[in-house]
Amino acid sequence: MTAVLSTEEITRINAHIDRYQHVQGSLLPLLHAIQDDIGYVPESAYFPISKALALSVAEVHGVVTFYHHFRRHPAGKHILQVCRAESCQAMGSEKLEAHIKSTLGIDYHQTTSDRAITLEPVYCLGNCACSPAVMMDDEVYGRMSAEKISELIKEARSA
Amino acid sequence: MAIKVYVPCDSTALSLGANKTAEAIVAEAKKRGLEIELVRNGSRGLFWLEPMVEVATNEGRVAYAPVFPKDVPSLFEANFLTGGAHALNLGLTEELAWLKKQQRLTFARVGITNPISLDDYLAHDGYKGLKNALQMTGAEVVKTVTDSGLRGRGGAAFPTGIKWNTVLGCQADQKYIVCNADEGDSGTYSDRMVMEDDPYVLIEGMTIAGIAVGATQGYIYLRSEYPHALKALNEAISRAEKAGYLGANICGSQHTFNLEVRRAAGAYVCGEETSLLESLEGKRGLVRFKPPLPAIEGLFGKPTVVNNVISLATVPIILDKGAQYYADYGMGRSRGTLPIQLAGNLKQTGLVELAFGSTLRELLYDFGGGSASGRPIRAVQVGGPLGAYLPESQFDTPLDYEEFTKIWAVLGHGGIVAFDDTVDMAKMARYAFEFCAIESCGKCTPCRIGSTRGVEVIDKITSGKDHAKNITLVRDLSDTMLNGSLCALGGMTPYPVLSALNHFGEDFGLPANIKAG
Repeated sequence: MTAVLSTEEITRINAHIDRYQHVQGSLLPLLHAIQDDIGYVPESAYFPISKALALSVAEVHGVVTFYHHFRRHPAGKHILQVCRAESCQAMGSEKLEAHIKSTLGIDYHQTTSDRAITLEPVYCLGNCACSPAVMMDDEVYGRMSAEKISELIKEARSA
Repeated sequence: MAIKVYVPCDSTALSLGANKTAEAIVAEAKKRGLEIELVRNGSRGLFWLEPMVEVATNEGRVAYAPVFPKDVPSLFEANFLTGGAHALNLGLTEELAWLKKQQRLTFARVGITNPISLDDYLAHDGYKGLKNALQMTGAEVVKTVTDSGLRGRGGAAFPTGIKWNTVLGCQADQKYIVCNADEGDSGTYSDRMVMEDDPYVLIEGMTIAGIAVGATQGYIYLRSEYPHALKALNEAISRAEKAGYLGANICGSQHTFNLEVRRAAGAYVCGEETSLLESLEGKRGLVRFKPPLPAIEGLFGKPTVVNNVISLATVPIILDKGAQYYADYGMGRSRGTLPIQLAGNLKQTGLVELAFGSTLRELLYDFGGGSASGRPIRAVQVGGPLGAYLPESQFDTPLDYEEFTKIWAVLGHGGIVAFDDTVDMAKMARYAFEFCAIESCGKCTPCRIGSTRGVEVIDKITSGKDHAKNITLVRDLSDTMLNGSLCALGGMTPYPVLSALNHFGEDFGLPANIKAG
């Protein structure tokens, strides 16, 4: 889905660009600042970013698309990241993944129809001592079970 | 005086509900009119027992674990504030066998202190290494690190002092210290623990590195998946600046060192040092050709030390206690200690820092307590997603860089992931290729194309299509990736693949292996 930016969002994006314009190697910090603020990196921001950092639009596009973290479209209200790495696999994350996908009715990189949750795979959350692990927004949850994740999803939806 | 109660703020403890435990303790104390001082310490690393609550008594800190909100009223009933008896009482923390058997050098303070308290850090030998370094020449500091035998703990095990010496010898108007905190290997969390639970030790290590080689700017390239580490580091950096441990005229000396955390953006390949440097420069994380070495032409083309978190966090104790003190631990050419991380299907998971030389078996059974599922441990992956899978016949291999090389395995960053006998090793081999395909930077063909072809070939093998031909093909493909890839991502993906095939052939439809020995 494409979103139209409000005048206020454009002002905020420009403020981030002004802040990082003269910082060395600032493209990643700038993209983080925009995504933290707006929720994603809108394509319409590529041109002003490229002008400010003396890059081509293609270079900005190339960086945004190289990194898994940056999203080009608005996400749901909450982002649920499910660890797919080995330690979590050793503790049954495959079953957990299947349960989450069927509970939410979506696959990875998709958002539920009520826009509550965007589902993303992640390759290690550094919580390998308590696998399987998931992360809801900025909080990690360990030793996840089908019941626990269902509860977490319910909380996120009602929050 | 208020009694000190410790509840960890480490993210694994938080992932098991440590915040709710802390809230319940505070509320219950208030209800009972008892005065307590809640300290949010780091984790002791006994993760299977988190949330672990400790109480300061005259005899020392007493541990209660695991403590969930429902346990809190009964703990107060049992007078836990004075170390009272309770089913969850584990006795004095320092006497716990898991901790007593360890040699904690890099992790000396982890779990004991409040991570962001500079006073705590100073009270527990913090900044002693820097004080010594400030009395030495750069060359003397580098020599101390070289003599300690410290090797890169990120995985490549290159001698840290030699890398520093190259940067020291370069003439340049600007040099950099870059900390590789893009810990993306499954089964590893020691970097995260240092950054969340003892951030000043990393800051001190980087400052010493800066003074040693003449670098005035440092960057910590931190995974975006570690929000708690980001908070802890930024808070610690700001406090260190205010106290004169960072910035201009460090501790009244002529030295300047500035430090900034830069967030990564979820690309595994950026843990490779040249890709990391590209990313720090604001580019796609494409791997660079070497030479030139980053030590000579690194960040923004300037001489740069790129070290892993654990390597840098180990520098303060070496400068504090001397090269020999550190070198006295270990075996062969692997000197000092390795923070080992037990993960996956183990009963007792957590952080174990030991001198090199212990065996996998000791770690899996003495520390790990066997599998969590109660089933036999069938395979163990050491050193992250690019590490080999080891069968039981190799569990007596000592943890030593060279000993692991001999069995075509890697120690890497010291992560150990255990699997029970329900694991399908052909599936794990497929996953290794899949992971490589997802994370490949795309610069070199063996990694970019080989990983995708690898997934397809494994699928053919497991579905029985042209079986013998495809077994030969996967070996051939692995050989190409091993020898033709630009960096370790493509170059080491064959480790998990071929080790799975060689040791667990039955999962690939081959006759069961004849066990050696």
